[in-house]
Amino acid sequence: MRIPLSALVGMFLTASFVFMAVFAQLLAPYPIDSAVGGVWEGPSATHWLGTDTIGRDIFSRLIYGGQITIFVALASSLLAFSTGAFLGFLAAVRGGWVDQVLSRAVDLVMAIPSLIVALVVLSVLPLNLTVLILVIGLLDSTRVFRLSRAVAVDIAVMDYVEAAKLRGERQSWVIFREILPNALTPLVAEFGLRFIFAVLFISTLSFLGLGIQPPLADWGGMVKENKDGLIYGKSAAMMPAMAIAALAISVNLVADWVLSRTSSLKGGRGA
Amino acid sequence: MHPVLKLVIQRVALGLVLLLAVSVVIFLGTEALPGDTAQAILGQSATPVSLANLREKLGLNEPALSRYLTWLWAALHGDLGVALTNGVDIATAIGQRLGNTLFLASAAAVIAVPLAIILGLVAARYNGRWPDKLISGITLTTISLPEFVAAYFVIYLLTQVIPIFQPVAMVFPGMGFWERLHAVALPVIVLVMVVLAHMMRMTRAAILNVMQSAYIETAELKGLTPMQVIWRHAFPNAVAPIVAVVILNLAYLVVGVVVVEVVFGYNALGQYLVDHVTKRDLPVVQAVGLIFAAVYIGLNILADVISIVSNPRLRHPK
Amino acid sequence: MPDPAVGSLLEFKDLRIEATAYPPGEPPRHLLLVDGVSVAVERGQVLGLIGESGAGKSTIGLSAMAYGRGGVRLTGGQIVLNGREIRNADAGGLRALRGREVTYVSQSAAASFNPAKRLMEQVIETSVSHGVMTKNQAGARAVDLFRQLGLPDPESFGLRYPHQVSGGQLQRAMTAMALCPRPDLVIFDEPTTALDVTTQIEVLAAIKLAIAQTGVAALYITHDLAVVAQVADHILVLRHGRKVEYGTTDQIINDPREEYTRALVSVRSIQHAEKAEAPPVLTVANVTARYRGTTFDVLKNVNLAVAPGQTLAIVGESGSGKSTLARVITGLLPAATGRITFAGRTLSGDLAGRSKDDLRELQMIYQMADTAMNPRQTVGTIIGRPLEFYFGLKGEARRKRVQDLLDQIEMGKGYIDRYPAELSGGQKQRVCIARALAAEPRLIICDEVTSALDPLVADGILKLLLNLQAEAKVAYLFITHDIATVRAIADRIAVMFKGQVVRYGPKSDVLAPPFDDYTDLLLSSVPEMRLGWLEEVIAGRKMESAGN
Repeated sequence: MRIPLSALVGMFLTASFVFMAVFAQLLAPYPIDSAVGGVWEGPSATHWLGTDTIGRDIFSRLIYGGQITIFVALASSLLAFSTGAFLGFLAAVRGGWVDQVLSRAVDLVMAIPSLIVALVVLSVLPLNLTVLILVIGLLDSTRVFRLSRAVAVDIAVMDYVEAAKLRGERQSWVIFREILPNALTPLVAEFGLRFIFAVLFISTLSFLGLGIQPPLADWGGMVKENKDGLIYGKSAAMMPAMAIAALAISVNLVADWVLSRTSSLKGGRGA
Repeated sequence: MHPVLKLVIQRVALGLVLLLAVSVVIFLGTEALPGDTAQAILGQSATPVSLANLREKLGLNEPALSRYLTWLWAALHGDLGVALTNGVDIATAIGQRLGNTLFLASAAAVIAVPLAIILGLVAARYNGRWPDKLISGITLTTISLPEFVAAYFVIYLLTQVIPIFQPVAMVFPGMGFWERLHAVALPVIVLVMVVLAHMMRMTRAAILNVMQSAYIETAELKGLTPMQVIWRHAFPNAVAPIVAVVILNLAYLVVGVVVVEVVFGYNALGQYLVDHVTKRDLPVVQAVGLIFAAVYIGLNILADVISIVSNPRLRHPK
Repeated sequence: MPDPAVGSLLEFKDLRIEATAYPPGEPPRHLLLVDGVSVAVERGQVLGLIGESGAGKSTIGLSAMAYGRGGVRLTGGQIVLNGREIRNADAGGLRALRGREVTYVSQSAAASFNPAKRLMEQVIETSVSHGVMTKNQAGARAVDLFRQLGLPDPESFGLRYPHQVSGGQLQRAMTAMALCPRPDLVIFDEPTTALDVTTQIEVLAAIKLAIAQTGVAALYITHDLAVVAQVADHILVLRHGRKVEYGTTDQIINDPREEYTRALVSVRSIQHAEKAEAPPVLTVANVTARYRGTTFDVLKNVNLAVAPGQTLAIVGESGSGKSTLARVITGLLPAATGRITFAGRTLSGDLAGRSKDDLRELQMIYQMADTAMNPRQTVGTIIGRPLEFYFGLKGEARRKRVQDLLDQIEMGKGYIDRYPAELSGGQKQRVCIARALAAEPRLIICDEVTSALDPLVADGILKLLLNLQAEAKVAYLFITHDIATVRAIADRIAVMFKGQVVRYGPKSDVLAPPFDDYTDLLLSSVPEMRLGWLEEVIAGRKMESAGN
């Protein structure tokens, strides 16, 4: 199997981000929340990426912020995925009123842009990590639901699924042995896209002041803290902004490659 | 009744039902969630007596359904109530800001739509060659950026690296049209960037889809020039999907505009919403949320109606 | 082979066509589609190109317009049209000849017409844009052609949109579109393959008549030798992109020299002696069926029986209800009324109400072997699952039985661990047969199992099915639209038309006169592998209508 360069680069960068997030406590040269330098110092040997609005080391905060961003994004995309894929498959295989109820409910949620729904909901709910993960995860699960339902419906009409039903196989065999193995590849690619969406979503919420609350900080929150510096020509806000972009693009490169392979995977041992 | 008319009426009716359902979700959903408006206003230190008084005053002791119906009835008459935080009439507060938001969004749309179609055509025309790869690569990158990150890249570039703009976008009542336009230049550039990528990619896909049809091969085998093939055979079939793509992507503007307004401190509906979410001012959030939802649903209906009307199978039934 | 005379209309000299395939995620693959083919088309003559899928016949056809689909490249040899080399012609030169000197009729006119434009606009487009005639002249000629091709309301036919006319009419409209600019050569690329047999003969007759009246030359591409024998003057037999044999139609049909050609000519000549009547294993009594939420009866009072170890063929065209009947018998679509008895038991109409033995003894084989097998399972799993599910066979015992079944379907060793994607079309269908056999059924429903296969491969499958029936005493309910297949395999036949059985009985009775109207039409529409058949049928039908 040949992996294109872009996918390799994406995989390497994604892996490095995850590595930094996991070992943040060991890797960060300074503590997350203490002023160790002047306000908005430029990059130097002591502070690789400079210092922020109250003199904290940006590089260290980036590493800690990455931990929170990646944790929230991963948790909510896992939630989105397990809920969405399970309900999507259920709707496709059971059909009838189960499908109708689930599909109409999803239509309703998707009739409003996710950000607007999140803003309305967050105007009432307390702002903490659990609430954020639940809100992002459940909103995003609607997209996973639509995709997995569509994929499963496509597979469910195949003759080999009919053959299994005619053989008298139980529903669990039909779902796990006939449908799931054939739905896996598009779902894996979708997981990458959902993860990106979650990263962008939590960053945007934090930037609007409705996500991760101080003294914790994720990348979106760091952009918010340092945005005024731009007026004075201080580039502090650009560091977390670039981190968000780099993570999203890296995962996208990998997902793109997985997606491009789905059409060729009609069978064979290559998978 | 002509089948097209029937389908259009059905689609519009469905959209209205959806909008009604959305209003229920926005109103009852926020009411049903844990948390209490009175508590939110008075804070954790409030005494039980003052809480009870405020609940009485806000009508919070009424059953949810009757409050919803009262709210909906008033909203249909243009009365959106008053903001909890400052007692200002919400409809009045929204009026001016809605105008500002629409000004920003339409300025972005006017630039983004033709540009997206042209770039989509170019990418489709040179499918797989370098112009396509270049355009697709750039748009894939901008799709990976959240709106506010894109905004700060643009701000950094155009106020610091090449200082030709101011990093804030202030508009006042009484400002002239051109003055206004100059003031919103940066946010418009950001919005165009965000919408353009999606719109262009989908336009390209729609055109390629048509170009791969057997009837395009027929046209080529008729010895027509590339322009004749595109103009007579591809265009009439591609126009409906392209219009649908354009409208669906204008819906992205609805989200983009909220964030971009906050970034540039642009006094309009999006910032008004975010402000009052932070203050937990529920009536304002409900009203503005509903307006954004209505615009979004309305655009989706329009896209569907256009694709129904332009389908020759429906226009000329058997 | 006769030396093509100087001044042929079109001449291929040592034609070589290549392509590069780009399977996603894999290195590009280089393909040689056509390898050193030389042939000529004379003015006013029809050359038939025949071969199985992958023979390169459509690729050669399109190369007559110097056109290659997708990544197809014309890499070698010469294509001489009206005395000039066109393989390396520039874009302007190609435009001048396409739609003017050479025109094209595709297999699917439904996809080849622009859905957004009226038929007339499309039919006269080339005549006008190439400056052959004025819009009015072209319109008048189009109406003449519509009339010649037997289209309804020729004056107003062109005002309709493509979706407003039937498939057979569209195919004729595309022929009119090709003939309108008075070209020298028309390429017919499987123009009747997608049509029902009774429609096919009408279109075929219309095309033959139009060719004769306009005196145009044609390249007629098809996989069906019996069809091309009716229209062609010469035939070129192709296989894997190479020439096998070239000759006059008479010589190819009556005196084929190459073994491959002989195989093509004698295809579908399997003979099968009809078995005597016997007490049935399956009885369908008074069955009526409709789809959920509709009131239209797709099956109307159907009565049938299948005897053990025998074959009942269900014959009908699209929309006859023959596949619905299979769904009712298997329990996928419960019948509205009526009763199905199988092996002495009354079958529940619903799948859920059937016992494991009911399910095991009634197996099914599908038309598309590709979608009938899970691409993520090996041949061993596909055939082994019924063994495990019905008989509890596991491990080595199961593997041994799978290998036995593979031997039975004449595939032998080395396939058990392969995936479906690694098999040929015929092998896939054999594996599906083995999967059905693994359940040790009393009856197998075969739904168009040979119609997606090339004729020679299909023959092999039919022979296998007959052998297996002799060995395993299994009964077949054989659903097909192809009369030749019916002759080859059936003991009894039921002819279906619009949801009803219109004729039913032993093969010798059903296929012998006197016929009812529909069976007569159906049987007389099946192309026969001899010259002059089409003329006879047309003449016969004209006589009849004159007599009425």
